[in-house]
Amino acid sequence: MISTENVSFHYTAGSNVLQNVNLQIKDGEFVAIMGENGAGKTTLVKMFNGLLKPTVGSVLVDGVNTREKSVAQLSRDVGLIFQNPDHQLFAETVREEVAFSLRNFGFKEDIIQGRITNVLTTLDLDRYEKSSPFVLSGGERKRVALAAVLAWDPKHVVMDEPTIGQDYLQKDHLRNFIVQITSQGKTVVIVTHDVEFVAECKPRVVLLSHGKIIADGPAAEILTNPQTLQQASLVMPQIASLMKNLKDFNPPPNIIDAFSAKAFFSGKLKGRVAAGAPTQRR
Amino acid sequence: MDSPIHRLDPRSKFILTIGFFVSALMFTNIIALLVIFFAQVPGIVLAKSPRRWLRSLRGGLFLFIFIFVMNVIFGTPIVTALAFAIRFLAIMSAFSFFFMTTSADDLGLALEQIHVPYSISFTFTTAVRLVPTMAVDAQTVVDAQRSRGLELDKGNFMKRIRNYIPILIPLIISAIRRSVELAEALESRAFGASEKRTAIVTLKMRIADYLVIVATIIGLGLAVYVYLRVPLPNLVIPIQIPRLF
Repeated sequence: MISTENVSFHYTAGSNVLQNVNLQIKDGEFVAIMGENGAGKTTLVKMFNGLLKPTVGSVLVDGVNTREKSVAQLSRDVGLIFQNPDHQLFAETVREEVAFSLRNFGFKEDIIQGRITNVLTTLDLDRYEKSSPFVLSGGERKRVALAAVLAWDPKHVVMDEPTIGQDYLQKDHLRNFIVQITSQGKTVVIVTHDVEFVAECKPRVVLLSHGKIIADGPAAEILTNPQTLQQASLVMPQIASLMKNLKDFNPPPNIIDAFSAKAFFSGKLKGRVAAGAPTQRR
Repeated sequence: MDSPIHRLDPRSKFILTIGFFVSALMFTNIIALLVIFFAQVPGIVLAKSPRRWLRSLRGGLFLFIFIFVMNVIFGTPIVTALAFAIRFLAIMSAFSFFFMTTSADDLGLALEQIHVPYSISFTFTTAVRLVPTMAVDAQTVVDAQRSRGLELDKGNFMKRIRNYIPILIPLIISAIRRSVELAEALESRAFGASEKRTAIVTLKMRIADYLVIVATIIGLGLAVYVYLRVPLPNLVIPIQIPRLF
């Protein structure tokens, strides 16, 4: 479990980036931390692996205060994938890039080679293992950065803006991948502005605004509340917005994704057919 | 930040900086160099930047110690070695003071007005402007690699040097990428299309600027006089360190 207890933080005195944040993320949960630019999202997740220590309060990872462990020790359990993969890529080959963190953590060489092969195959990067990471496309470099973190199999995986620069297909792969690793019991935390992606994934949503948590709950509940979303400078997912405008059909208030919308309208159509009502305009 | 020093024309501030630089180069006497170093303090206080100035000095501490130690190792008397290190600090402080109190925009305007080709002045001011951006990038790279288990402060001296390879390579590549993108953006905005450029803002020298220039010339003249005519006392520390080389 990752928990924050009355956490406040400032970079410069007098300007709190986080204010009295209390948050608990249970093992195996999938959580999306959302909010406007400067809300404190990245600052918050950097506390999970000890890169930042709170000014006030405590952050506990699996019961251990992050002040008591080094970043390297905390990173063994909390894998943080940065927004821009170019900030970490440096090796001559993709294989060496993935091996870097495994060597830092002291894995034996035979285990390192095995883990690299597994993770590259999982992320469809095996054909690039001898390529330079710098010649890959943006999406491929992002997958290399993901592979580099997943190779050491951290218990908790934190992704900062994982969908930026990704086309729909890559986002779909990412969504399936998140489902896969959460089913393996890993905690997944994503920091994102992408309401459409969150609507499709339906995680627990934590909304931050000006350093405070203003909402915390299921995606269907949070992403259909216009006042709360406005406070966090977010807009409703398109499907939710469409449903709000189709009041005549009495849609349930918590439809935020296309699949649920399709199921609802299929039900409505079947109902109309059963009732003998016209289903097409003449 | 706003202060009487910040409001000075960059050209007058640069002349003042050169005055300190030349004075520092002239002397090897520790007392003279200490006077040159501390003579900058009133200007720094007037610029409301003592903390930033001290932080910049802290950045030069390693080189200060390195210069002192290397000189002592190669047989320079302790006081002279200390004087050389203070000279470095005085020069670094003078240029630090200039860049702390001069914005990149004003610097660019000043270079243009003294007829430095625009391509050169733009290159220079862009480099200065990108230093804080690169500093942020550097911190992000350090954070990213620490998150992958890199411990910069572990290991022997050679290991610690090698630990910086995963920091430097992403930083250099990021800088190169940024340069290419900037070049493309500039070309798309017709950079260099016309020889004659116009400017919304032009710098004008004021009375305060002329006073600074006059004071610099007088100070430099005094320094030359002292160098040529005034025998300065020599401090001696009676400690003999055996020459290693």
